[in-house]
Amino acid sequence: MNPNNTLDIAGLEQVYDRLATAIDRAGPEKSELFLVKLALLNAKAMGQPDLFEAQVEAALKDL
Amino acid sequence: MHQPSQQARPSIYYNYQVFKPWLPSQNGPQGKKKAVIVGAGPAGMVTALELARHGVASVVLAADLQFSQGSRAIVFTRRSMEILQQVGVAHRITENGLPWRCGNSIYRGQKVFRMETPHDSDDRFFPMINIQQQYLEEYLHDACKAHPLIDFRWGNKWVQAEQFEGGVKAHVDTPEGPYALETEWLIAADGGRSEVRSHMNLKLEGASFETIFVIADIRIDLPYPTERLAFFDPDWNRGNTILMHREPHGIWRVDYQLPPGETPEEALRPESLKQRIDAQLKMIGFEGKTWEMDWSSVYSARTLTLPNYVHDRIVFTGDAAHLLPIFGVRGANTAFQDAQSLGWHLAYVLKGIAPEKLMTNHSQERIEAAREIITEAGKSTRFMAPPSHGFRLLRDAVLSLSLTEEFVRPLYHWRTSRPHEYKHSALNSMSDDNAKFTGGPTLGAPPQNVQLKSDDFLLDHLGGGFDLVYVAPHESIPPDLLKAVEVAKNKGLPLKLLAITHDHAHIKGADQTLFDPQQRFQLRYALAAGGAYLFRPDQHVCARWLQVDATRLLSSLQHAVLQ
Repeated sequence: MNPNNTLDIAGLEQVYDRLATAIDRAGPEKSELFLVKLALLNAKAMGQPDLFEAQVEAALKDL
Repeated sequence: MHQPSQQARPSIYYNYQVFKPWLPSQNGPQGKKKAVIVGAGPAGMVTALELARHGVASVVLAADLQFSQGSRAIVFTRRSMEILQQVGVAHRITENGLPWRCGNSIYRGQKVFRMETPHDSDDRFFPMINIQQQYLEEYLHDACKAHPLIDFRWGNKWVQAEQFEGGVKAHVDTPEGPYALETEWLIAADGGRSEVRSHMNLKLEGASFETIFVIADIRIDLPYPTERLAFFDPDWNRGNTILMHREPHGIWRVDYQLPPGETPEEALRPESLKQRIDAQLKMIGFEGKTWEMDWSSVYSARTLTLPNYVHDRIVFTGDAAHLLPIFGVRGANTAFQDAQSLGWHLAYVLKGIAPEKLMTNHSQERIEAAREIITEAGKSTRFMAPPSHGFRLLRDAVLSLSLTEEFVRPLYHWRTSRPHEYKHSALNSMSDDNAKFTGGPTLGAPPQNVQLKSDDFLLDHLGGGFDLVYVAPHESIPPDLLKAVEVAKNKGLPLKLLAITHDHAHIKGADQTLFDPQQRFQLRYALAAGGAYLFRPDQHVCARWLQVDATRLLSSLQHAVLQ
């Protein structure tokens, strides 16, 4: 497995905290906009519309 | 009794002429006509001119006594100019219009996207040219008046129509009362609010967007070049979009989106217009600069089309057939393509060159074009005027990212109107070399212009019938090819053989020799000596061969007129 493509527990925890504090920093009025911008930047980094599609489906579950 | 206004419309730059109505009492008995065109806008007049060019007489019914109110359509594309060149008015637009090729998208005072459409030396016309619709109508009307086959009737209002076997009886009202007019075909070119369409109870299919835009034409001296300016989410109109275009005579079109819930009546109040135009001028650094209002109106984006344009002997064209968003300049520019297509299809049916089912092909081709435009325009509309919370969020995220992130900026691209490729046309050849070509316009595609010599372009020579453009390897056309061309002509098919040469002054046997010293045609059309393209009367490609031969040429010609 390519270690660069793996998000281990420590990494996940880092993302968890960073995302939470960034949402708070954006504030309730701008957090949605912030998350959409982030999603677009992530999609660009990922470069795979099909994988993005699968993630959208996963995130839409159990809302 | 129809009483059109005798009062010249107001305008600060255009002198409206009030024409005299055509009155039945001053004219003889009306025999059955070949074609009656309801509506004297761009679609109606281009249809009349195209029909006339193919030798078919028509009557044009104009309900009013003058050209339409306000500048309306102001941006005309290269393909529109190529079509207008065919009907003899492009030079007048070139003389008086403002050509351009660049567009700018501005967000928070920063130019976040600039579109530069290349101007190829093989093109005669710029990608875009701006001129007010009154001028376009005037030039088209002058051309109609000059043509003996066009019977132009001011002050004649279509009231209703009845179809009978082999024709239509139109009831027309005039300032001295009604008269009836029988015709083989009736063309409904009576615009977005087509009365012919309502009368027949035909429903448009598709979507309407709720957002309303105001269009205002003002006279003001602004030091900007002729380029498109689009402002997104400005401080004075949060979340909304403003467009600006330069027009001739120092006029600027300011086009702004209204906040949800505001009615057109509120938006068009003079105080409201003034406040918003002043706010826009302030934002671009011209606070307090004097300006004068010419005309204002409102529109909303719609992506609607009739599912069929030919209903027995009644044909819908232009906005009467479909309503398309103006983002990407798709109204009049689509109407020209409709009218050009309708002109030759109908003329060939009326002259007996093709069976009546050729009209089905016209309808199919143009509906496919409308659906393609709807798909493309839908994307622009969703960015310019987001229709839901999700689309608005995404648009706003892109605006925000665009200040620093290059990759989202192409989303500002404005998908300008472009001519449809009739890829699925029933008229495309089944016996050509299309699949073997490595470049050049494909089957069904509109032509690519080529500069042969200075101020001498390929499209100056094409149109009015079928054109076989043949790259001549020798000083004379091979006898079997020449014979095939003669056979087709003797059957009554309008066909011209144009020989392209780079080293002979004249190719024997050709109807016309085109001297192409730099061999530009071969380059742009990806073929060598002995190859040929067959263009339809609307200049779209219907066959192409790496090496043309008599048998395949004849079968392709027959196929193209459904024989």
